[in-house]
Amino acid sequence: MGRYLARRLLQFIPVFFGATFLIYFLVFVIPGDPIAALGGDRPIAPSVVAKLREQYHLDDSLPVQYGKYLVDMVHGDFGTDFRGRPVSDIFAQRLPVTARLALVAFAFEVVLGIVAGVVAGIRKKGFMDTLVLATTLVVVSVPIFVLGYTAQLLFSIKLGWLPLAGIQSGWKSYLLPGIVLGSVSLAYVARLTRASVVENLRADYVRTATAKGLSRTRVVGQHTLRNSLIPVITFLGVDLGGLLGGAIITETVFNLPGLGRQVAQSVINQEGTVVVGIVTFLVLIYMVSSLVVDVLYAGLDPRIRYE
Amino acid sequence: MSSTRVEVPEQLAPPSGPQPPAERVAGLWSDAWLELRRRPMFWISASLIAVLLLIAIFPGLFSRGIDPRDCHLKVDYEGERVNNFLLRPPYVAQPDMLDLPVPDAIRAGHWFGTDLFGCDYYAMTIHSTRNSIVVGLSVTAGIVLVGLLLGSIAGYFGGVVDSLIARVTDVVLAIPTVLGGIVLLSLVRPRDRGVALVVGVLVLLAWPTVVRLVRGSVLSVKELEYVDAARALGAPTRRIIWRHVLPNALAPALVYAATTVGVIITAEAALTFIGVGLQVPALSWGVMLNTAQDSIIRAPHLLLFPGIFLSITVFAFILLGDVLRDALDPKLR
Repeated sequence: MGRYLARRLLQFIPVFFGATFLIYFLVFVIPGDPIAALGGDRPIAPSVVAKLREQYHLDDSLPVQYGKYLVDMVHGDFGTDFRGRPVSDIFAQRLPVTARLALVAFAFEVVLGIVAGVVAGIRKKGFMDTLVLATTLVVVSVPIFVLGYTAQLLFSIKLGWLPLAGIQSGWKSYLLPGIVLGSVSLAYVARLTRASVVENLRADYVRTATAKGLSRTRVVGQHTLRNSLIPVITFLGVDLGGLLGGAIITETVFNLPGLGRQVAQSVINQEGTVVVGIVTFLVLIYMVSSLVVDVLYAGLDPRIRYE
Repeated sequence: MSSTRVEVPEQLAPPSGPQPPAERVAGLWSDAWLELRRRPMFWISASLIAVLLLIAIFPGLFSRGIDPRDCHLKVDYEGERVNNFLLRPPYVAQPDMLDLPVPDAIRAGHWFGTDLFGCDYYAMTIHSTRNSIVVGLSVTAGIVLVGLLLGSIAGYFGGVVDSLIARVTDVVLAIPTVLGGIVLLSLVRPRDRGVALVVGVLVLLAWPTVVRLVRGSVLSVKELEYVDAARALGAPTRRIIWRHVLPNALAPALVYAATTVGVIITAEAALTFIGVGLQVPALSWGVMLNTAQDSIIRAPHLLLFPGIFLSITVFAFILLGDVLRDALDPKLR
């Protein structure tokens, strides 16, 4: 286990630097002189230019700039936006919204996804199986923003059950966007659980358990389910990282002031510091969650670490 | 080159004597075809895709001769009743609606109604099909080509090349597609963001999965005896990869490709919807949905029709991927 962990951590380092450097390069370097762009048509006073160039280390070579940016970041200094507001403040304000949204989506997909998958998998080609397969196929096909609007039309405008958008009504505001955000992953969880249950029900150890005279509930609920959930858990881990980072569209549709919508707005306003700060953070979350999942997988399934 | 063809076992087969029962002469592909032919789901997805392709190539045949850009803006001060089956009181006739152009809902002459500028929404929806299909198919073709090339190199040669490709793959995989697409597309001036650029950006972001897939299949195939046999017969490396290794790596790549067309169409619509993809004069479902989001209460049909077309297109390709996987994976039979 120790050696596996060490190897996995070593692989993490170049990927981290590669991904963050790529984003830094794309946002700060390719668009040209960021200071000149700040002023628009009017020239900026030389003293201001000098101060900004010093603040963003623009007189250094590219690798040094990037290095200094990383050092600043480790010290909690992510830079400021155009209005001089620290990016870390934006984080503090936006992250809770995204986190709450991800949590609702995650709870929804875990509970409903696993239940649907098990129900479908127990009786292959039965009614529930066909129903789950057909529903998940449809859910996967409908793009998330179309799903979001349809949900808004139905539950907010026609029925008036839930708020249309924004976060003014407490936890209720997160219910509809959370379900919409979680629906695609829900379909994957259900299908993965189903496939895994179907496969494990044919395994020798399940036959043994049945032959021993154990009840069907015990055979399915304990012996089959425990082993079937291993791939599902790994998917869920990667997905949690994806939910935190991939909520751009849901946050836009439901007008939630989270990290995703902030990124989209900042890209359009060309606020490089905000974009790089948030994107780096999101990529980091995504990578750490994949790392945790791999380690978890190795812990749950001994076959992985002896490969 | 014919000397390297591995036909030896067939020629060595005894010409006479009791023949083994000729039950399975077919290979993977003809087996898969036999399996596919029997599945109604295959015919549903194939005919949906055929119709969509026809619409994409000849939109004029389907748009009832209406030009999507032939618009008649009318400000309907009298039109308090928005004739829309989706709108029921109390959402009809908000006071602020009366001095805005009223989008017509379904009525004679306009099957899908009109948009805020009086353009025929059915013609717009039909003419938007092309961009989605073009983006979906070209991006998928691009990433499959990249995947087959890099994946077979990485899998067959291994070593330094393999680790190098693996690290680059990891870096690109760490960047979520929509997030990376927003960052990359925002580097280009909005009026320069055409179909070609969106295709390029999506290829740049989406190739790693195919590389991993192909690398995996190549790894599992290259140690098999028939590849050794080809090598022993003196076949050059390029021929071994091309004729003996890749055909076996093709099946998983094909299944992935069918589903990916749907995923890419969604990604393009999402990027366009956010405002960084195709831009306004372009006819695209993403552009239509982007414009329609401001009038969700007044004119929900503006969201529904492009949404339905988009969903059906994605559905057709994902369904095709599903049936292909079932047919091409012998373990699932």
